[in-house]
Amino acid sequence: MPGSRPHAEIDRRNADWYVDKLVQVTVFVSGVSAILFIIGIFVFVTIEGVGFIANTLDFGEFFGSPAWRPTSETKPTYGALALIVGTASVTGLAMLVAVPFSLGAAIFIGEFATGKVRETLKVLVELLAAIPSVVWGFIGLSIMNPLIIDVFNVPVGLSILNSGIILGLMAAPIMTTIAEDALKAVPDTYREAAEAMGATRWQVIFRVVLPAAKNGLVAAVLLGVGRGFGETMAVLMASGHSVNLPTSVFDSVRALTATIAAELGETAQGSDHYAALFTLGIFLFAITFLINLAADVVVRGIRKGK
Amino acid sequence: MSVDAPARDLVRVRGLTIRYGDTAALSDVSLSIREHEIFGIIGPAGSGKTSFLRALNRMDEFTPAMTVDGAVEFDGKNVRDWRNAYALRSRIGVVFPLPVGLPMTIYDNVALSPRLRGIRRRSELDEIVERCLTRAALWDEVKDRLDSLGSLLSGGQQQRLTIARALSQEPQLLLLDEFSIAVDPVTTMRIEDVLKELKQEVTIVLVTNLVQQARRLADRTAFFLMGEFVELAETEQLFTGEVADPRTRDYVEGRFG
Ligand SMILES: Nc1ncnc2c1ncn2[C@@H]1O[C@H](COP(=O)(O)OP(=O)(O)O)[C@@H](O)[C@H]1O
Ligand SMILES: [Mg+2]
Repeated sequence: MPGSRPHAEIDRRNADWYVDKLVQVTVFVSGVSAILFIIGIFVFVTIEGVGFIANTLDFGEFFGSPAWRPTSETKPTYGALALIVGTASVTGLAMLVAVPFSLGAAIFIGEFATGKVRETLKVLVELLAAIPSVVWGFIGLSIMNPLIIDVFNVPVGLSILNSGIILGLMAAPIMTTIAEDALKAVPDTYREAAEAMGATRWQVIFRVVLPAAKNGLVAAVLLGVGRGFGETMAVLMASGHSVNLPTSVFDSVRALTATIAAELGETAQGSDHYAALFTLGIFLFAITFLINLAADVVVRGIRKGK
Repeated sequence: MSVDAPARDLVRVRGLTIRYGDTAALSDVSLSIREHEIFGIIGPAGSGKTSFLRALNRMDEFTPAMTVDGAVEFDGKNVRDWRNAYALRSRIGVVFPLPVGLPMTIYDNVALSPRLRGIRRRSELDEIVERCLTRAALWDEVKDRLDSLGSLLSGGQQQRLTIARALSQEPQLLLLDEFSIAVDPVTTMRIEDVLKELKQEVTIVLVTNLVQQARRLADRTAFFLMGEFVELAETEQLFTGEVADPRTRDYVEGRFG
């Protein structure tokens, strides 16, 4: 042990001490401000909608009626059921497309591809994730639309099918990336131990790697679902944007987000219509919050499990 | 077992050379491993002991840079000629230096290999799990929490779980690679007792960094030194100085390595 130091040296506030304090304060302020912004947005959205929710909104109508007629001269109605069903059905189909796609891609990239192939695929997936949603919407309008009309012999191609596929392709890259990260987090010693027992590649993947990565994979799917609920532009362009309780995937629907985006510019601030759109926003906010919370709880489960 | 029945060779290695890229990790090894013996391998780190084990069950195929020349025969047949490498590996249990408790329950860890073989009946699986955990001297400690995660066990318990898992393969050959490196001395002794028992049923290759462990357990011991197969002899001979190469005496007496 070196000789004990005088206490004065221990107490001295030198440059390091100030730098350390400065970093602490900066990190604290940025952390807190991020939280404050989120709370601020929530408060803003809530304030705009809360008076309407308390005084005018009929919950039975909001959740039970498909009649979204906020601009009716005689009697405006605010039934969001068709919009909720629209968003849910498009997101549901999108997940049917995206989950097998992204899991398959993640397994291929993470477990089979090596070297150049693997690097190329990873770059490609990241490139796909960077395509702006309006471009996807454009693909929905100009490529998928005529294609669906031709192939299925239906009058319109802007539908659940179209927007679900588009949204699925949109969500797949980011889901692939997260799922691949989850697979990569599974230590190679697990694979080696299972292979040494005589497990085949598929047995290793299905019995050891996927169960070990389960939480990360669920998180990937939930983030994809969140993405689906929140996506606006592509859905607006590819879904047909007509208020309608769908009976098949070839029906046009309208999404919650698209409704807000399309109508907000035409409403007078403070009007019932304006407030009703904010109510949709609050509802969306609540749903995405719940989905993210679920993803978070699941991811937390990963850490606790180990 | 009759003492003078000629022991059958379970593994025959002829002219085995292992390279990583262009560098030889082990050169020109020829030896045989008899059925029901504990075959010790000693030697300092980097001598090629692990590489040797990997060549036995074709684990070299997991490492692209690793090439194996020469012949390795298992149960009378060159391992390269086993069309199904998975079937070969399932007959050879491996215990790695650091215990690998797979991220599943204790029960599932031990039931994994039987399930891979297609065993589904719960009663049959129960029986295998209990038998293998008992033989690995772990049953009493975990019998009340078979449903908890295997990766939550202590290091010594996980290593015994790994041994139980290897036994669940019903292997003919058990490869142990420095199993005691992350295990406390008391558990090491318990596992050593287990190995002495197991010898009745399964042939064991024991790679160890502790020369005294080889002395305690191995019937015959091979000495590898930096990629060279120096010699193979009855273990007692090596430790009483009846060696063919003076470097062996230096190593077992702890003068280098
Ligand atoms: N994956 C690998 N790639 C390249 N060289 C390796 C690899 N594994 C082992 N080696 C080299 O092979 C030699 C023998 O290693 P190893 O078989 O692990 O020895 P031991 O188990 O006796 O410590 C060492 O020089 C080591 O550096
Ligand atoms: Mg080694």
